[in-house]
Amino acid sequence: MLKPVTEQELGEAVRQAKEPLAIRGGGTRLTGQAGAALSVAGLSGITLYEPGALTMVAQAGTPLAEVEAALAAENQRLAFEPMDHRGVLGTEGTPTIGGVFAANVSGPRRVQAGAARDFLLGVRYIDGMGQAIKNGGRVMKNVTGYDLVKLMAGSWGTLGVLSEVSFKVLPRPETEATLRIEADGAGAAVRALSAALGSPFEVSGAAYDPAQGAALLRIEGFGASVAYRADRLSALLGGEAEIVEADASAALWAALRDVAPFQDAPGDVWRISCKPSEAPDLAARLQAEALLIDWGGGLIWALLPEGADLRARAGRYDGHATLVRATPETRARLGMFQPQPAPLEALAQGLRAKFDPRGIFNPGLMG
Amino acid sequence: MQMPQPDAGVLARKDRLVARLAQVLPSDALIHDPAETRAYECDALTAYRCAPMLAVLPSTTAEVSDVLRICHEEGVPVVPRGSGTSLAGGALPTADSVILGVARMNQVLETDYDNRIIRVQTGRTNLSVTGAVEEEDFFYAPDPSSQLACAIAGNIGMNSGGAHCLKYGVTTNNLMGVTMVLMDGTVVEIGGAHLDAGGLDLLGVICGSEGQLGVVTEATLRILRKPEGALPVLMGFDSSEVAGACVSDIIKAGVLPVAIEFMDRPCIRATEAFAHAGYPDCEALLIIEVEGSEAEIDHQLTLIKEIAARHNPVELREAADADEAGRIWLGRKSAFGAMGQINDYMCLDGTIPVSSLPMVLRRIGELSKEFGLDVANVFHAGDGNMHPLILFDANKPGDLETCEAFGAEILKLCVEAGGCLTGEHGVGVEKRDLMLHQYDPVDLEAQLTVKDVFDPAWLLNPAKVFPLQVTEARRTRALAAE
Repeated sequence: MLKPVTEQELGEAVRQAKEPLAIRGGGTRLTGQAGAALSVAGLSGITLYEPGALTMVAQAGTPLAEVEAALAAENQRLAFEPMDHRGVLGTEGTPTIGGVFAANVSGPRRVQAGAARDFLLGVRYIDGMGQAIKNGGRVMKNVTGYDLVKLMAGSWGTLGVLSEVSFKVLPRPETEATLRIEADGAGAAVRALSAALGSPFEVSGAAYDPAQGAALLRIEGFGASVAYRADRLSALLGGEAEIVEADASAALWAALRDVAPFQDAPGDVWRISCKPSEAPDLAARLQAEALLIDWGGGLIWALLPEGADLRARAGRYDGHATLVRATPETRARLGMFQPQPAPLEALAQGLRAKFDPRGIFNPGLMG
Repeated sequence: MQMPQPDAGVLARKDRLVARLAQVLPSDALIHDPAETRAYECDALTAYRCAPMLAVLPSTTAEVSDVLRICHEEGVPVVPRGSGTSLAGGALPTADSVILGVARMNQVLETDYDNRIIRVQTGRTNLSVTGAVEEEDFFYAPDPSSQLACAIAGNIGMNSGGAHCLKYGVTTNNLMGVTMVLMDGTVVEIGGAHLDAGGLDLLGVICGSEGQLGVVTEATLRILRKPEGALPVLMGFDSSEVAGACVSDIIKAGVLPVAIEFMDRPCIRATEAFAHAGYPDCEALLIIEVEGSEAEIDHQLTLIKEIAARHNPVELREAADADEAGRIWLGRKSAFGAMGQINDYMCLDGTIPVSSLPMVLRRIGELSKEFGLDVANVFHAGDGNMHPLILFDANKPGDLETCEAFGAEILKLCVEAGGCLTGEHGVGVEKRDLMLHQYDPVDLEAQLTVKDVFDPAWLLNPAKVFPLQVTEARRTRALAAE
């Protein structure tokens, strides 16, 4: 496995590549499989952290744990709460901050705070010719030329290899609480979640766990504020909410974030982004072994029998489905990502051809 | 400021173009009389004017598609235009171009409170998007100062921000889907009412592409429930260093204000003379606004005041109600008007890391003496976006050029300090020639290849964003291919 330790070495490795490269950070999330493994984990280290400016710059191979520890020490955090895929995928390794942005890994709070890509301010990356390219910077407001930062986020290494990322961080709130409201089915649950998200009480997590038979709403902030908002929200939703406090609340959302219920369950794992109000009907069509609904209905995790084609069961809807865990055979047959309509696929192919003319970056992963 | 020479071949084809466009547009949507095309000769960067060859005002995506297809076939450059409020010359035409204005496409197509989205035609003004959902106590967050007039199309083109962006993000963080027409007439739909559109983040690169990748005719936007309330607090300090340190401490304490505005002494004095808002005469003034319920606002303001007190403010003023809040904001909101009363002015929007503010202000003061022009500074202290306002006299020969030269030095300084050339207004024509101060040629080339994919003919707003010599080969190759 190629493991450069500087951006220059990374550029060299790409320039010299004679075959496709399977790019990985910590190797904990599904990524390119074809060709020579190229690890970015050797490019590691936080190079700038300004808590008062809510900004951090780190090399792409920096362990996520190191980033999170540095932030926690200043009472700050990554607001988009990236999922740890190791449980669900059964992988081992050390997740990296570069991998988080390359795969746009975003958790429950995405519904309110935004996705990983919304926090990425600047990138340095190595393109398909081995050149070091930069875009964006370390300031939140930046409309200088095209926003390739967004394009790189969620591109799964197919447009370039990230070497350095600059990103926005946010304060860690004083405390949190979760409202647990009994819900009879996905329809009732999503209605409750929607009402909560449409309230002025700043809900930062809105999920439905059929196994718990409950809609779950998280509120974060200063102690008095959390108590007040929990009260108001409970009243808004019928007054029967059970309150889960602080640490228990945090544990609950960590489990949702990492899709814990699917961890040791056999079957394929799919991740669907959809219009929240369509989620209940869509979920019913899937005939899944198990479900977890997040983002107020906007995200569905589905556990399906091995090899089942979720996209065929889902039919038409406003959104797309990603195959997250399956055998290599199923992945090859069904494709990890939802096929795009022809005009969009043409644009994507065009971009890949420009950024990666030799077609060496995780080829075939996205199209 | 240079613009490409109008192409004689294109100009010679004007009549044929008019005839073809007349077949796909109603007559009142096709403007070719020179007396009328003059209305499109500039946007809010009024120093530069050039009437387009034609202007069209389509009412539907289909009409936009037909117009672009025809212009593509005829090899005619097209300059998209929202409301023409750009301060960077984003909608400045060349004499051989067609202005494609989307202002007539201003309808609300769908409001969906359950899913918290609104779908609009992009010619709709920014403020009227909030207007459409206000009754239900919702709002559309990105709120540039020009929101009464500016169009969503332009907001998407420039990735516009506004006072609320510290907390709610800019346009790209609130844009969920688009209907866009490519230069060859192809209509594409990207995203929708679901979060995180599939595939590559095309929405992310389209937003902020200054009308060079396609014409966006419809947009799905995120709407939010209005908070229960908001109140500002005003503080005066002896120095910008202290003001900056105070902001830093507030953020580190975990308070996330919805807005943090900074004004320096020249700005305060000019504003006082004009608006009489009762601001203290001091080196640096901060207005900080927080949101929430009454109790939450109270709690946050208490924290803020405690922190401010540690920095020995010369003044600390709270608002007991909406009326007093209005008066705290009055000066800041009149600032640009106040400067305009004194003189002509140029407003820059370079962004810097917030910690660099004192150093940058010091340098701006030195440059002001060197260039012999006064400057006042407004600054979004939460996100680092500066608005240096350089005063000059448009009637004095050479003053505009001196002002531009001074402005360029300030923007270079912003880049040197670790920031960027523009935080809100975009590059347009105004900052093209500074792009190589921020980016290396390979960095710009990477951006150009994106346009190569979306608009291989290089007909959409081709003279913007990048230095002309950098795009020359692509622009002239496109013309030669005719």
